This record gives sequence, C-alpha cells and structure tokens, in this order.
Amino acid sequence: MIWVEKQRNIIDFTISSLFRRKGKIAALTAVYTLIVFILASVIFFTSAIRREASLILRDAPEIVVQRLVAGRHDLIPLSYAERIREIRGVQAVSGRLWGYYYDPVYGANYTLVVPVDFPHPPGNIVIGDGLKRSSGATRDDIFPLRSHDGAMIPFIIKETISAASDLITADTILISEEDFRSLFGIAGGYATDLTLKVRNPKELSTIARKIGMIYPDTRPISRDEILRTYESVFDWRGGMMIVVLSGSVLAFVIFAWDKATGLSAEEKKEIGILKGLGWETSDVLLMKFWEGTAVSLSSFLMGILLAYCHVFFTASTLFEPALKGWSVIYPDFRLTPFIDPLQVANLFFLTVIPYTVATIAPSWRAATIDPDAVMRG
Amino acid sequence: MLIELKEIKKTYNQGRPNEHIALGGISLSIDEGLLTVLKGPSGSGKTTLLSILGCMARPTAGRIMLREREITSLPERFLTEIRRSTFGFIFQQFNLIKGISALENVMVPAYPRGEKRHILKEKAGHLLELFNISHKASARIEWLSGGEAQRVTIARALINDPMALIADEPTAHLDTRLSLEFMEIMGRLKGEGKTLLIASHDPIVYNSAVVDRLVEMRDGMLVATGSG
Amino acid sequence: MSLRKSTLFFLFIALNTVLFAFMFVDASHRRASALPSFAEKRRFVKDLRLTDLCLFTDTRYTRHPSMADQFSPFQDHPFALEHFPSGSLLTPPPHLRLERRP
Repeated sequence: MIWVEKQRNIIDFTISSLFRRKGKIAALTAVYTLIVFILASVIFFTSAIRREASLILRDAPEIVVQRLVAGRHDLIPLSYAERIREIRGVQAVSGRLWGYYYDPVYGANYTLVVPVDFPHPPGNIVIGDGLKRSSGATRDDIFPLRSHDGAMIPFIIKETISAASDLITADTILISEEDFRSLFGIAGGYATDLTLKVRNPKELSTIARKIGMIYPDTRPISRDEILRTYESVFDWRGGMMIVVLSGSVLAFVIFAWDKATGLSAEEKKEIGILKGLGWETSDVLLMKFWEGTAVSLSSFLMGILLAYCHVFFTASTLFEPALKGWSVIYPDFRLTPFIDPLQVANLFFLTVIPYTVATIAPSWRAATIDPDAVMRG
Repeated sequence: MLIELKEIKKTYNQGRPNEHIALGGISLSIDEGLLTVLKGPSGSGKTTLLSILGCMARPTAGRIMLREREITSLPERFLTEIRRSTFGFIFQQFNLIKGISALENVMVPAYPRGEKRHILKEKAGHLLELFNISHKASARIEWLSGGEAQRVTIARALINDPMALIADEPTAHLDTRLSLEFMEIMGRLKGEGKTLLIASHDPIVYNSAVVDRLVEMRDGMLVATGSG
Repeated sequence: MSLRKSTLFFLFIALNTVLFAFMFVDASHRRASALPSFAEKRRFVKDLRLTDLCLFTDTRYTRHPSMADQFSPFQDHPFALEHFPSGSLLTPPPHLRLERRP
C-alpha cells in the first residue's frame, strides 16, 4: 500500500506541475489527440472496408474472363464460351453484361448491370440509392438515358435499392438485356466479359492457364485476385495515405524532439530542488514517467474514442472531401465496426511509449546530479 | 556526538585548469542538541562544508561518521535515505516550488515515502500553524512575502521530523526584525531537542544568545573554535 | 477541491478506459445487428455477379479496380498523369502489379 500511496503522491505533484504550464500542456494534448484521432480513424476505416469486402465478395464469380485489345478491355465474343466450357473442371460459362454511363445532367457516372433474371419488362430500371440521392428521382419517375445513337430513351424507375447496400450498389442501374444492348449498341454475339463456375476451387490457376492458351487475347481474373485487391485497399503506398501518415509521423517526431532535446532551465531547477529535498533519482524519474504517461495515455484514449465515433457514428464525415474526390455519387459509408486489436495495440505502442520515453530520457542526466548543486543556488 | 568529520577535503574540477580547492582538510565534530554556527566570509567554504555535513555532497578525501557509523562511501540510495530522515534543509535561495501552494510545498519532501496524504496534510498544517502562517496555507508561493516564504521553508525542513536542521545563510533576504524572529524560532527548535547547524556571516546570527558554538572558517580551513 | 488531483486523474483515465471497453462491446453488437444487411449485400453480389465495392465513382479503374486493365489510368493520353483524386487513394491491384503475360 505504501507503493500505491507513493504513486498517488507523485502523481499529485506531477499534475500540479503540469498545471503550471496549463496552456502548453493543453495544446500539446490537443495536437497529440488529433494525431491519434487521424491515425485511428484511418485504421478503423480501412479495417472495416477490408473486412466488408472480404465477407461480401466471397460470392463473386470464381473466374472472370476479359478480352483485351491493344491493352484495353474490350467486348468478348460469346463464341469463346463454347471452347472454354469444354475445359475440364469448368461447370458453367455465361456472358456478363455491364458498363458505364456518364450522365452529363448530373456529371455522374453510373454502372449499368444486367442481372441474370431481370424481374421487370423492358423499359424499366432499378436504381441504387446513391443515384436516387444525387438526382432526386424516385419510383415511377422517368429517368432518361441517351443511347449510343443519340436517342433519349425514357426509362421508368420500377424499384430503388436500399441505402444499406450502398457500398456495392450506390451508383448501379439494373436494366434488362434487351435495353442494355440497344442502349450501347452491342450486338447479340458479344458480352462485356464471361463468368465461370468452377467445380474445384483449387484448379482455378490451371483453368486460367488453359484459357490463356486457347485464347491468348484474354485475361482471366480469379476470385482470389478480386479478394486480394481489397485486402490492400487504402494501402499506405497510396499517395494520399503516405501524406497523411508522414504528416502524423513528422508531428510525432517533432514532439519527441522537443522533449528529448532537454529540459528547460525551470524544469532542471525543479528537479534539483527535489533532489535537494531528499527525492531519489528513481523518484524523479518516476515523476517524469507519470508526466509522460498522463499526456500520452489521455491523448491515446481520447483519440481512439473520437476516431471510433467519427468512423462509425458519423460515417467518416471528415474524410468525405478526400474520399469523394471528383465523384458525384458518393456512397453512404455506414460501415460495420471491425476493430483489429493488433492494430490498436500497434498504435498504442507507437504513440504512448515513445513519448513517455522521450519525457524520461532527457531527465536522466538532470535527475542524477548531486543535490549539493542546489545548495549553491 | 552526532557527526564527526576527519580530514575532509573537497576539490572541484579536479585535474582541470579551473581546479578549486573548497575545503583543505577539515576535522570537526558536531554535538547533538546544540546550535552550531559556521562563520566566515563568502568563499570560505561554509556552504561546501554544510553540504558535506548534511550528506548532500561527498568529500574528495577524508571520512565522515554519523553517530559512530561510517557513511563516507555509502551508495547514493542509502545516503539519500539517511539524509532524508536525519536532516532538514533551509536553503539560502528558499528554493520553494513555484505554482503550488505553501501547504503542498511543505509536503513535497515526504511524497516518496508513501505516507497517506491526509496524515501528511495534517502534519504540514500543524507545522504551518507552529510558525504562524497557516492562514497562507493555500496561497501560491509567488504571493508570499520574504518572511512568510522563509517560514514555509522552515516548516518544509521539518516535515520528515529530522534530527537536525541545516540552514545556509538563512537571513540573507531578511530584515533585522525577521532575522531576530528567525533566531528565536531556532532557539525554540533547539529547546525541542533538535540539532541546528547554520552557516552565516550575519552578526545577528552568530552573535545571538542561542548559539552554543561558533566555528570560524577562512579559505577552506578552520580558523578557531569557541563558544558564542 | 475535495478530490485529490491523482484521484481525478484516475477517474478520468478509468472513465476513458470504460468507454474504450464499451467501444468493443458496441462494435460486436453492431456486427451482430448488421448480419441481415450483410446477407442482402452478399445476395446482390451473388445474383448480379458483382466483383467490386462501390467506393469511388469518378473513374472506372477506381470503381472496378479488380477489373481494371493496366492502361485505363492513362486513358486520355499515353503520357497522361494520374489526375483523379481517388487514384491517389487506391494503388493498382496486386494482380496488375505482378502481371505476367502467359
């Protein structure tokens, strides 16, 4: 219990000491909290998106076969499907129709997808919630799209997709095959790409290789590759991420530098007095430890809590300008929290420990001085 | 006998061009329960001798005995513990910690001991009362007058209930009235059984009736020993 | 002030720690209540044979990064610089970075 009382006494003193420089400490804590907030927000956001992708895209097509012409993704003849179907291990092959539509009225890009079974007669479309928000259109409204030959085709909105599925359908228009083909002028024998059903997932790479041999102008994309794309989304190597991370690291370095380059004359004097009054070196260092910990631990906890609220209660509003970019349709980033304890632990060790060490280390020298220096004044 | 010094020498910056011999070989014994004054001009080594007597600094040569026990080469940790429980210091510059209250200042030396805070607070409050400054207990140090601050330092020196008090030029920043008051407090403490060691070149101090022994110093050496 | 400064400090930290623990509880609670919407999203992916999340809608190689060909960022001109903001958030997918022609 003596040990506990000793800690409490020292903490009392440490906090009094910190309060003396109230303004500076408040500013320091605020900036520190801000850095943790930014880093933690990024961590929470990216973890949640990656998790979401890994769970949802599990049912993506096993293999997608794309045709490349002059390095660009081009339409694929449906006749390719016949030979591909004969490859051992391939259960089914079907053409997939999807594409982009730029709407000059709203300056927005839409993704048009033809479902296998479109439940509505031609002339009708189903729109995603993002579209609904940006255009203000709802059910039974007329939504005109311009076809490849300039004609305006008035589609009727039969249904809208709920905002809960925004992360995959915010900008999507579901349309019948007939309408899609006439809208974009795509002949019957062609599709955007082919999707394959494979019996044994372990044979994916073999099958992919065989497809490449039969049709060298195609490129197969496996479900693995699709999933891996999202494992590295918002990777630190992305330009903006590097800027955010470097900025944070730099701010930290500045803090630690400020601490590590030594104590102010006032701090040195205070340590001298304490030693003169009978505090041991270890007592002084303990005080410095609590000084560092008080600031870093408080900032860490507050930063993380604010980050959690930011990402999961306000759908990352502060990131919106960066995420939105030039997009007109912006999905509702209502993410499901997935907290990776390892990353939180990493953040803790990266933020709390260096700062605390940076507070203790420079005091070492001052703490070991001979107390008689105080006698001399 | 409380403290015995045998051939104590203290040299600063030994071996370097600015080498300074503060004490040239002092042998001295300090008796318990008495008020001893170290008298001498500045530069005579009074402060150095005081720090060595109070276990604040180590001598370059010689031996120190505290109550028959040799403490010359004790490790820092043990020395600090001994110092903390045996001596209370009153510094020339007061050295009170700014930004905290008088009461808190008095409690600071006892913090590392892990005493319960409310007990400590009581002790400190009692000490402030003893020296008639309990009305300033929660005042910031910066707002105290010279005399009030001086009394806070005395209270602080007594918080760990030490056997001896060591004061270095305690009347340097005080007027005549306050200096006399200070010596009166010293007399009171002597009456309670405390050993007192004061270094001063102020006549009000060394000519005071409460002084039991006068030790004169000059240029790092003792000059004469006699009663006050 | 009747409370010791160290007590206040402990209370502050304790409060934050409790909230911190609560954060994990809230997260798992939300995960549980999100199951139906996850199921719906999976259904969409399966039925519509989708391959990408709708994160950015400004350009096609960030809208469908897994489907992007190597040259779509340079769609305007062979020497065009990356100019869509979302491109600086999304790095090229792994299978493009390691692309080896069969």
